[in-house]
Amino acid sequence: MSSDTRAAHSAATRYLLAIGVHLLAIALWQLAADGGSLPAYILPSPLEMLQTLGEGRNDWLANTAVTATEIVGGFLLAAVVGVSLALVFSWSRLASAMLLPLLVSLNMVPKVALGPIIIVWMSYGVTTNMLIAFAISFFPIVITTARGLSEIEPEMLYLVKTVNASRWQIFTKIQFPGSLPYIFSGMKVAAVLAVAGAIVGEFIGSDRGLGYLMIQVQINLDTATMFMAVTIITLIGVAIYGAVAALEWLLVNRGGNA
Amino acid sequence: MSAEPFIRMENVRKVYGQGGRNEYVAVSDVTLDIGEGELLSIVGPSGCGKSTILMILAGLTSHEGGTVSVGNSASPFDPKRDIGMVFQQSLLLKWRTVLDNVLLPAEILGLPMREARDRARDLLSLVGLAGQETKYPKQLSGGQQQRVSIARALIHDPKLILMDEPFGALDALTREKMNLELLRIWEASGKTILFVTHGISEAVLLGSKIAVMTAGPARLAQRIDVELPYPRTLDMKTHEQFGAYTRQVYELLGM
Repeated sequence: MSSDTRAAHSAATRYLLAIGVHLLAIALWQLAADGGSLPAYILPSPLEMLQTLGEGRNDWLANTAVTATEIVGGFLLAAVVGVSLALVFSWSRLASAMLLPLLVSLNMVPKVALGPIIIVWMSYGVTTNMLIAFAISFFPIVITTARGLSEIEPEMLYLVKTVNASRWQIFTKIQFPGSLPYIFSGMKVAAVLAVAGAIVGEFIGSDRGLGYLMIQVQINLDTATMFMAVTIITLIGVAIYGAVAALEWLLVNRGGNA
Repeated sequence: MSAEPFIRMENVRKVYGQGGRNEYVAVSDVTLDIGEGELLSIVGPSGCGKSTILMILAGLTSHEGGTVSVGNSASPFDPKRDIGMVFQQSLLLKWRTVLDNVLLPAEILGLPMREARDRARDLLSLVGLAGQETKYPKQLSGGQQQRVSIARALIHDPKLILMDEPFGALDALTREKMNLELLRIWEASGKTILFVTHGISEAVLLGSKIAVMTAGPARLAQRIDVELPYPRTLDMKTHEQFGAYTRQVYELLGM
């Protein structure tokens, strides 16, 4: 067996094992819930959760669309603003010296605590929750991108300066491609944070979305619906994370830049 | 080879933090002529200013005194495209293939890419890497990576190659092999090469001339003409003449 096929073999084994363990955990959960020692409003079974999907009053599609819009919107805004701001910092030492300390201080503010204030400013709605998702997720993108852009060996700079490279050439040929792995690792962190931001926004004030739905059904102790909502929220996060990882694979890992 | 020197340095002096409390003389009063097509080894201890001389010639740092001129009437020199550099680290871009790494200076200079690509292939076979064009740097050994960086330094056909301890990070056997490779490449390309090193026997084996530099104050102790015939081989290291040059360098360094 060549080392390549052996590596592929062990990767396949690992994936199968991971999937198997997930399925096993769900099966154990089902068994524990069926065992009946806990009431259904404490621990509904996975099957009971799935059954809530059939209940029209939960309006799953519309609520999922709202929450997904908030998360994706906030995340994309964070990616664009975060990368742009990092570019400004790398191009202007003055901007970086002035704004970076302020940004670090602002990052110490728990963004979730700003939620009620943002709602006062903007009233509640999809845009508000998008902004909360943005506020919580953009900082890691700025920091990782800024670090990636500054990771250029001084000797590399000398080397390209001897052939009279312009600042733009240095940026497009060396700095930016070199910072892509950093940008992607920041975006992966941001993807998870954006989900939390949007849901918190829905908790504290909204009339639509999966977070809103959870608060509504909580009154009736409809735990199965709440668990299903959490599951869908998780899957939205997984989808964004997966999209980022796929883009990373396409732009970075496929070459030698792993 | 023209009788007129290709590089002329007269009383060159480099001071960091001049007039300040931390004033530091990196190079003090270096006068040196180098003919076109020479391979000059610059040898000396750390802090003797040998790398600084390369930086001054590359136009990457200023000098506080003296004059530096590169090029002569027979061979004019354009500082914007006639310098190739090789450092101790190979500095390859890990997301580019070997071929695309070699092409980087050509892209920056805006050279016609079709010809540059052909030339890059020729250079890769000159440095012994034919057939490795589509590999990525991490798939190469340290010695191979350094060969790529040598090919990259040659891609825009510069007149002057500046090498700052290019083999300093390689193991001893690879280093000796690379010394022979460099000699072969130098003879094939006819470039003027300045080769900075800590290694005394490396300096003697490679150089048609050796500049011996000493630290504190950083200055040029002496220039030696190495009259060993080319092509040079590793077993010359056992020759009496080789030993005599080595001894001379050690003595100049006060060892």
